[in-house]
Amino acid sequence: MSGPVLDTIIIGGGLMGLSAGLHLARSGKRVAILEKSWVGRHASGASAAGVRTLNRALEELPISLEAMDMWRNIETIVGDGCGFHSHGQVMVAEKRSDVPVLEKRLAKTRNAGCGHEELIDRDELLRLVPALSPYCAAALIVRTDGAADPHRTLRAFRRSAEAAGVTIHEGCGVTAIDPLGSDWRVRAGEREFVAPTVVNMAGAWAKTIAAMVGDDIPLGHKASMMIVTERVAPLLKPVVSLVGRPLSFKQTDQGTLVIGGGLQGRADIEAEQSFVDFMELSRSARAVIDLFPTTGSLRIVRTWAGMEAKTSDLLPVIGPSPRAAGVFHAFGFSGHGFQLVPIVGAIMADLIIAGGTRKQIASFTAERLMQRQAVA
Amino acid sequence: MTGGPDLLIVGAGPAGMSAAVVARRHGLDVLVVDEQSAPGGQIWRNIETAADTSRAGILGKAYSDGADVVRRFRASGAGYLPGARVWHLEPGPRAFIAQNGVARCIDANAILLATGAQERPLPFPGWTLPGVMTVGAAQILLKSSGQIPDEPVWIAGTGPLSLLYAIQLLKAGGRIAGFLDTAPSANLAGAFRELAGAFLGAPGDMLKGFGWLMALRRQVRFIGNVKEIEAIGNEALERLRYITANGRSATVDARLLFVHEGIVPTIHPTLALGCKHIWNAAQDSFAPDLDTWGETSVSDVFVAGDGARIGGAQAACHLGELAALRVAAKAGRLSRAQLAAVAAPVRKRLKAALAIRPFLDRLYRPRSAVFVPPEATLVCRCEEVSAARILEQAAAGRPDPNQVKAFTRAGMGPCQGRQCSYTVASLLAAKEGRTVPDVGLYRVRPPFKPITLAELAALDAGAVIP
Repeated sequence: MSGPVLDTIIIGGGLMGLSAGLHLARSGKRVAILEKSWVGRHASGASAAGVRTLNRALEELPISLEAMDMWRNIETIVGDGCGFHSHGQVMVAEKRSDVPVLEKRLAKTRNAGCGHEELIDRDELLRLVPALSPYCAAALIVRTDGAADPHRTLRAFRRSAEAAGVTIHEGCGVTAIDPLGSDWRVRAGEREFVAPTVVNMAGAWAKTIAAMVGDDIPLGHKASMMIVTERVAPLLKPVVSLVGRPLSFKQTDQGTLVIGGGLQGRADIEAEQSFVDFMELSRSARAVIDLFPTTGSLRIVRTWAGMEAKTSDLLPVIGPSPRAAGVFHAFGFSGHGFQLVPIVGAIMADLIIAGGTRKQIASFTAERLMQRQAVA
Repeated sequence: MTGGPDLLIVGAGPAGMSAAVVARRHGLDVLVVDEQSAPGGQIWRNIETAADTSRAGILGKAYSDGADVVRRFRASGAGYLPGARVWHLEPGPRAFIAQNGVARCIDANAILLATGAQERPLPFPGWTLPGVMTVGAAQILLKSSGQIPDEPVWIAGTGPLSLLYAIQLLKAGGRIAGFLDTAPSANLAGAFRELAGAFLGAPGDMLKGFGWLMALRRQVRFIGNVKEIEAIGNEALERLRYITANGRSATVDARLLFVHEGIVPTIHPTLALGCKHIWNAAQDSFAPDLDTWGETSVSDVFVAGDGARIGGAQAACHLGELAALRVAAKAGRLSRAQLAAVAAPVRKRLKAALAIRPFLDRLYRPRSAVFVPPEATLVCRCEEVSAARILEQAAAGRPDPNQVKAFTRAGMGPCQGRQCSYTVASLLAAKEGRTVPDVGLYRVRPPFKPITLAELAALDAGAVIP
């Protein structure tokens, strides 16, 4: 079968794949995205859509801060604001004894030359989040952080990727990848696609794709759980997280409250099914009621667990394949990839078009995970 | 977590109560969980307090029949938790319940879902206006507190319940401004073929039904073959417009409009649990895929009653009994031979109780606008999404209902798509020339009944995070 001539095949129609497709197509590349179910079916559609630099691993901070600049201009990039508001993200110390955790973190980022985080006292915290229980002690804040709307973001990235010329094939699950001369032939059942470069952005299924080109990259998975409540009157603007308790709490434009924070459900990656663990999830509900006592009577409308790849050091893999020339990987965002979406697309375009990037991705090689596996 | 019963029954209606009685008879430890404050389900709602009042006379013999089943259930020795909501199920099986503001989970050897039916979602222009409600909701008011509307009501719909309620309302002293029969006249031809079977199998029911129809035609303004209805008003219902299949159209003053287009099995619990479902073409609805005892594709989870297929109270009792017998046999209380022997007469009675169904299904098959409403109609009232918005999404490819949900927010509100799931599937199917079972429904995300944050927090109150 001879399809259209392609420069790059992107495997995975999540936000990362759309972003890479968008950047490549805008640089004149002919791109196809192969998505096994439909765009945004898994982690991207299940995301709480936090746009956060606060408390990020130092290795990720350079690209994360650069991504923040892109978020500020997101409308010029994808033609829609994506529901992004920068009302800030705060990490709250409930007890005085938690405050040193924040101070230590602040010192670490300052030493690394980053001044975006700020320690605020209880008064400033309550001024910013008046509904918060007054027992809280202090907080670390990034005032320019925020959150977006995952579905609006998906729609905007999809629309602009397609407008730039990307072809998206949904219901197109990749079954094999073989070399074909200097190209790669990617098979999805009966269908075949051929291109000199292939990008593996297959999220929780990236390990299988990597193995198709001979890269044995150890990869775990996450099934991060989320709660959405019924709509309520405006309660808070910043996104609130906690020291020592897993919680991320925010209110959407629609008025619903979104409760996440990385508590884990169960996933069956093969079957593409995830399951909520309500015993575990009750901890999130407890934390929310402690912080915002008026929320106890709110009805939970739905819960879910989103499936995503997790690496052993919780840093992503972004870079060329160690073994297969022309193949690139970007996956393993370990539950905090949403904010990086615009920058990862730009990085992939750099790598494929220019053969390298000035952006700091040295910590994200696939080799580091493979070596660790060899040592262990 | 509590030490679980042999059989946990969800729902204390005809199927649930009958199952409890039979399971107890075979020595099983039974717990019945029900949302209402007293046993009876929808059909026999409030029967214990209403049985000896004039209300029982108004509601008729089929209602009074329930008193005996409730008495036997009360005497059965089954545990009974009224006012308790089951909001999540897991294989095992395990049920999560909320009662008195606290959530907990119960492991059982088997679970029987006797959760009945819901009224078929029925969006039409103006259906969300105050003054418009379903016949089922109106009947709940009549059963639980004897309430009848002050104003004359318009009734628009099909199905036995519309007729029955109209008769009950007249007996109770209510006034009916008019009855719009929305069953397509073409249904008669199909129903005619089932007529003999229905008369032979259920002569009493057939005579009763014709009696209702005749009484109604004598007493109230009766307009047949109505194809479209529209509720009109600013803050509340003011006028009602209808068009018949013959092109006759009229707009009348109306303050109250009760609508009904039949009932469909409640499938949220089995969808959430991941059970296989089938398409019941005769009843234009999905239903859990069950074996002859009512067991779902998830081991030790059973469904009985109208939740399995719409069959009415008598059939529900028998389905409940069959499921209970199977659970008892699985628990070793009956041998294979004993099971077959005890089940045979129940199956015979079940067959008789279902004899009228093919006729009713054909006679009362809803008109097409019930499934595919006009574009201006609100489809999802929780998130205020119109049919036009859904169709707009359909134009963008062959979207899955879950994609439509993500893009339009239809089905994301507190009812979790109970109202709009069928309509979205029907709209997509009509637009793309597919069938509803091919399009499918929304994925159901837990909890399938809302619980509060405080209830969930209390599920594991002992856990303190360091």
